[in-house]
Amino acid sequence: MPRYLLSTHSVAGATREPMTEEQMQKAWQPIQALEAEMKSAGAWVFSARLHDPDTASVVRMSGDEIVTTDGPFVEAKEHLAGFYIIEAADLDEALSWATKVTRLISSPIEVWPFVDTAGG
Amino acid sequence: MVVVDDALIGRIFREESGRSVATLIRIFADIDLAEDAVQEAFTIALRKWPADGLPPNPGGWITTTARNRAIDHLRRESRGRELLDNVAEIADAQPREEAEPVDDDRLRLIFTCCHPALSIEARVALTLRLLGGLTTAEVARAFLITEPTMAKRLVRAKHKIRAAHIPYRVPGEAELPERLRPVLAVLYLTYNAGTDGPSGDGLRHEAIRLTRVIAGLMPDEAEVAGLLALLLLTESRWPARHSADGSLVVLRHQDRSTWDRALIEEGHTIVRACLRRNQPGTYQIQAAINAVHADAESFEATDWSQILALYDQLLETSPTPVVALNRAIAVAEVHGPRAALDILDGLQLAEYHLFHAARADLLGRLGRHDDASRAYARAATLAASDAERTFLMGRLETARALADPAHGQGELSS
Repeated sequence: MPRYLLSTHSVAGATREPMTEEQMQKAWQPIQALEAEMKSAGAWVFSARLHDPDTASVVRMSGDEIVTTDGPFVEAKEHLAGFYIIEAADLDEALSWATKVTRLISSPIEVWPFVDTAGG
Repeated sequence: MVVVDDALIGRIFREESGRSVATLIRIFADIDLAEDAVQEAFTIALRKWPADGLPPNPGGWITTTARNRAIDHLRRESRGRELLDNVAEIADAQPREEAEPVDDDRLRLIFTCCHPALSIEARVALTLRLLGGLTTAEVARAFLITEPTMAKRLVRAKHKIRAAHIPYRVPGEAELPERLRPVLAVLYLTYNAGTDGPSGDGLRHEAIRLTRVIAGLMPDEAEVAGLLALLLLTESRWPARHSADGSLVVLRHQDRSTWDRALIEEGHTIVRACLRRNQPGTYQIQAAINAVHADAESFEATDWSQILALYDQLLETSPTPVVALNRAIAVAEVHGPRAALDILDGLQLAEYHLFHAARADLLGRLGRHDDASRAYARAATLAASDAERTFLMGRLETARALADPAHGQGELSS
C-alpha cells in the first residue's frame, strides 16, 4: 500500500494568540476524532505535532568533524509544524484525508508520496 | 481497394493509438511500457500492412500486437516477470477484449492526464501525447517550446503519476464535477492553441475529436455537450476567419456564406438539447452565444439583445474581466459605444491586447480617432500572433488617417 506524508507548516512570525486550556481542548477534539477515523480506516501510520523552530537543532559534518548547532538547517519562512504518515490506495484517497485535515486546521497541507522501497 | 500507404497508416495511428495506449495502461499499469509497445506495433504495421493489406480491425490488431510486444518486453526483465504474474489473468482474457477495446479506458486515461495534482501544462501535454497520439515534437511545436523541454515535461509528469500513485479511473459521482472541469479546460485550451501556429488544424480537430469521445462516453454531463457545441460552432466560422492573403477577418466582416453549415447544424442541435436539459454552465452559455451568431445573416442582423442577455448570464457564472469585456462589446451594439466604453474603463485588463482593440474600436465609433490610434498601437504591441498584429496595424493606419488634421476639420464642427 502506498504511503504518504501529509505535512503542515508554521509561518515564521505568525504567532497566534495563546489559547486557554479550554480552547486548546476544544480545538483538539475534532483533530483527535479525525485521527481515530484514520485509525479505524487502517490509514493511520504515525502522526506528530512539532515544537516551534527555535527548539530544533542541526547536526552536520564539517570536514571530518561533527558540528552541532542551533536552529533548523533550512533558512525558511515556513517550518514543519506537524505531520501524518498514512497509507492509502492511491493519491485520490490520500488527498481526501488531506482535505479533511486542512478543513480542521484551516491551513494548507502538503501531500508527499513515499519512495516505494519495493522498487516502485 | 484502398491503397495502404504511410499516410493512411499515420491517420489510423492518430485515430487509434489513444485507444490502444489506454487499454495497455489498464492492463500493465505502466505508461512508458504502453507507449513504447503501441509505437512498436505501428512500426510493425508500417512494414506489414502495405504488403498484406489492412487487417479487418486495424485498431484491434494494433492493441493485440502491442500487448504481445509488451509481454515480450516484460519476459526479458526480472521485474517484468513478477508484474506479468499479476496481469496474467487479464492478459489471458485478452482475446475477448481485442475485438472491442473498452471505451472506458480512454475515459479513465483522460482523468489521469488531467488530474488536478498535475500542472496545467503537464495536463495538456499528457492528453495530447497519450490520447491524441501526437509525437513529443508535435506537442512541443503546438506550444512553441523546444522538443527537449517538452520531453522533460512529459517525463516529469509521468514520473509524478507513477510516484504519487495518481489513480487510473473515472472519479466517483461526488468528485466528478470538480474533476471534469480540468478535463474540459484541457480540451478547450487545446482547441485555442490550434487557432494559431503551424499545427493549428491538427490541434483543433484533435480537441473536437476528443471532446466528441468524452461527450459520447458521458452523455449525462451537460457541460461536456456544451463544450462540444462551443467548439463546433467556433470551428464552423474557421473558413471565414482568414482572407486569401492570410490576414485576420473579424466577425463583422466575415463572409458568412463560407461558414460550415454542417458544423452549425450539429452545434445547434446540441445547444437545443442543452436548453431542454436546463442545467446551464459556462460552456453551454458560450455555445448559445455562438449559436445566436450562427443564426444571423449579417453582423447587423444579429440578435444582440439575446447575446447581451446570455452574456449577463455568463458573467454571473464566471465573473471574469474577459467575460465583462465581451459583454461590453454586446452592450455597444445594444446601447451604443459610449455605454460600452464606460464599462471598459472599469476593467483591469491593461495587458490584454483585445481589451485595447475593443477600446480602440469604440473610440473610433465615437469619433475620437486620436485616442483610437493610441489604443490600436497599444493593442498591436501586445498582440499574441502575427495575424492579429498585422490586422491591428491596419486598423491603426486607418485610425491615424482619420485623426489627421486634414480629416479632423469636419470632426471639430460636428
